Amino acid sequence: MDFAAIITAIADLLGGATPGFWPIVGLSLKVTLSAVTLAALIGLPLGALLGIARFPGRTAVVVLVNAMMGLPPVVAGLAIFLLLSRSGPLGPLGWLFSAKAMILAQTMLVLPIVVALTRQTIEDLWREYAEHLASLDLTGARAVPTLLWDARFSLVTALLAGFGRASAEVGAVLIVGGNIAGHTRTMTTAIALETSKGDLPLALGLGLILILLTLILNAVAFGAGRVGARHAR
Amino acid sequence: MRDTTSILPLTVESLVFEVDGRRLIDGIDLHLERGATTVLLGPNGAGKSLLLRLCHGLLTPTAGRVRWALPEGRAAGVKRHTMVFQKPVMLRRSVFANLTHALAAAGLGYEARRARARAALERFRLADLADRPARVLSGGEQQRLAIARAWALDADVLFLDEPTSQLDPSATRAIEEMLRALKDEGRTLMMATHDLGQARRLADRVLFVHAGRIREDASAAAFFTAPATGKARAFLAGDLLD
Ligand SMILES: Nc1ncnc2c1ncn2[C@@H]1O[C@H](COP(=O)(O)OP(=O)(O)OP(=O)(O)O)[C@@H](O)[C@H]1O
Ligand SMILES: [Mg+2]
Repeated sequence: MDFAAIITAIADLLGGATPGFWPIVGLSLKVTLSAVTLAALIGLPLGALLGIARFPGRTAVVVLVNAMMGLPPVVAGLAIFLLLSRSGPLGPLGWLFSAKAMILAQTMLVLPIVVALTRQTIEDLWREYAEHLASLDLTGARAVPTLLWDARFSLVTALLAGFGRASAEVGAVLIVGGNIAGHTRTMTTAIALETSKGDLPLALGLGLILILLTLILNAVAFGAGRVGARHAR
Repeated sequence: MRDTTSILPLTVESLVFEVDGRRLIDGIDLHLERGATTVLLGPNGAGKSLLLRLCHGLLTPTAGRVRWALPEGRAAGVKRHTMVFQKPVMLRRSVFANLTHALAAAGLGYEARRARARAALERFRLADLADRPARVLSGGEQQRLAIARAWALDADVLFLDEPTSQLDPSATRAIEEMLRALKDEGRTLMMATHDLGQARRLADRVLFVHAGRIREDASAAAFFTAPATGKARAFLAGDLLD
């Protein structure tokens, strides 16, 4: 395998000479961004509540959520597969081997990261704000909007970590999506396939583009965070 | 005739606060009337901060009670007492947003809270700082914002826990002027301090607290000229108390 072949593969990909490439990129982004959005909608308030709530068994819940951050993607994929399989509880939805199934599986991977990192961030902020907010009658769930808003720049990092995990994983989308060309093939499953077929330049080209996309997204988020943080220290 | 719109008087009855069996507030009775400035004096660890927090409702007493003339110190559903902390809590927002946040929590609508926040900025000479992040203000400016925030909430009663302990003399004077103005508006202040000069300047009444109890409850004039207890005499003389 030589360097020139990689360059040619990337040029072909970007130039559209490799059919079906841009739809793959599009589907990857759609699945991952949807999963991160879903996980944010559920995980930010949930993590914040976990950060400020005190109840018996809280420590166990915190440890469990932290442990779930390391959930192997194939296991998450398997769990969603069982849920969505014809005889599973969500079988009638008919979502298996579709983008919806992949979004669900990746949400399951991202959610613990968002909850765990949000919990940590909000718990620290709560320690500082608790008395002032209690004085304003903002206790319990009523404190959550203030805390999430004031922690927003730290929480972007949590969402980026979630994005990183979702965009990099292959096990979950492979199991519940099936890597069907033109339908559920994503960048990571395509890389796995091309590598196993022996088409290393194509796999490497895809990999580099995946890294590039991740880099761009992180740079944009980081830049936005820096600009915003200057106004709300 | 009793003023049916005021949350005062405040009555504290046999107040006890314990943590892990340690009695930190040991049976305090207290009556707070409208208008006067009451200063809490006493050595470190006496229980001044705890007493302020208990009165404000941030802590739940182990026994006894804190009773306002109106339930929970609310008039028409609005809490009429507020607290300024030793280390002011500044939200990670602009000075202006720190004010509007508190007012939104108190239930004011968008326009009403913006107008009120602007009035508070004017009154406390913070207008130039309105758009600055509150957390980059100096200690004195932060404490001024904390008091402006308390004023904006239009509370009848302000609890203040050593509001000037981290400030230089000129910032301290500025805060004291603000407090005096609040008093002249008819607001009731209850403040802990270690600054005896400040206590002399501001207090109408002194509560001398030691080991979780009020040892002396006197007019400021009486307390400073002729303290009744040996403990208070020793405290004023700067002696160590056991
Ligand atoms: N949450 C708590 N848990 C356990 N002990 C506490 C707690 N809060 C206060 N104490 C203890 O209660 C006592 C009274 O504390 P408090 O803060 O009211 O003193 P203070 O009179 O305000 O002192 P200072 O002048 O140093 O501010 C101290 O011995 C303190 O260690
Ligand atoms: Mg104190």
